[in-house]
Amino acid sequence: MADPVFIAAAVLTVGTAIIALEARELIYGAISLAISMLGIAGFFLLLDAPFVAMFQIAVYVGAVAVLIIFTVMLVRTQALFTTKEDKKRKGAGIALMLIIMSSLGALLLTSGLNGQFGDFNTSPAVDFTEIGEMMLTYYAPALIILGLTLAGSVIAALALARRESISGEEEEQEEERRHHERTT
Amino acid sequence: MSELLDFVILSMVLVAVGIYGLVVKRNAIRMLFSIEIIANAANLLLVAFSRGLPNAQGQVVALFSIAIAAAEVAVGLGLIIVAYRLYKEIDVAELRSMRG
Repeated sequence: MADPVFIAAAVLTVGTAIIALEARELIYGAISLAISMLGIAGFFLLLDAPFVAMFQIAVYVGAVAVLIIFTVMLVRTQALFTTKEDKKRKGAGIALMLIIMSSLGALLLTSGLNGQFGDFNTSPAVDFTEIGEMMLTYYAPALIILGLTLAGSVIAALALARRESISGEEEEQEEERRHHERTT
Repeated sequence: MSELLDFVILSMVLVAVGIYGLVVKRNAIRMLFSIEIIANAANLLLVAFSRGLPNAQGQVVALFSIAIAAAEVAVGLGLIIVAYRLYKEIDVAELRSMRG
């Protein structure tokens, strides 16, 4: 049987994940997603992986959540409310979710997965010095490629999101004004 | 006391929630949320099995996965901003009908 800390963290994580998708205002959804990521970090702590938990908090709660919140603020609020939702589509989505949950759940419960591994509290935890050693020896090429990927993606994001020029910006503002006039 | 199966079931629930979001939502930012939830479920599974074996490689791969997900979010949000600037819209169905 799962312990109460696990159940509390599970309810928090799944609940905030659902709120993130269902909140009326996108900004609350973004904050809720950050709390969900925090819950995942809590599970990493439960799994005796403090290093990964810290990484998770730094990257997801620190960087990704702030990035998403800034984007939500950049995108005009009016555009966020134009999304029309189909009732039928929503029902089908919930049905699909329940089908996935029940079928995979039944599969997992009959898989005998618990017999393979002992209780987490009795088996020894992974030492995080081992993670550092692996990253700098066996996984060193992957680490370098990862750094290049990160740099490339940041440059790509900048190139995508930058404004062309001042004159282009004026034109854009004009366009936006015209768009606004058309809509009102 | 928590066991491996609890974590696997939790991860499965998170994936199901993420797939629900991807199927139902038409707002591009919300679809990005769904992708993040699914990626986090995968990370949770990696770390859980790493703890169960026990083997440090799962945690190393989880760290790489977190970093890649951060890069993916940066590019995804950049694309959303460009789409918004071009079409004044982030509804993916509307974007599809306005191509060309």
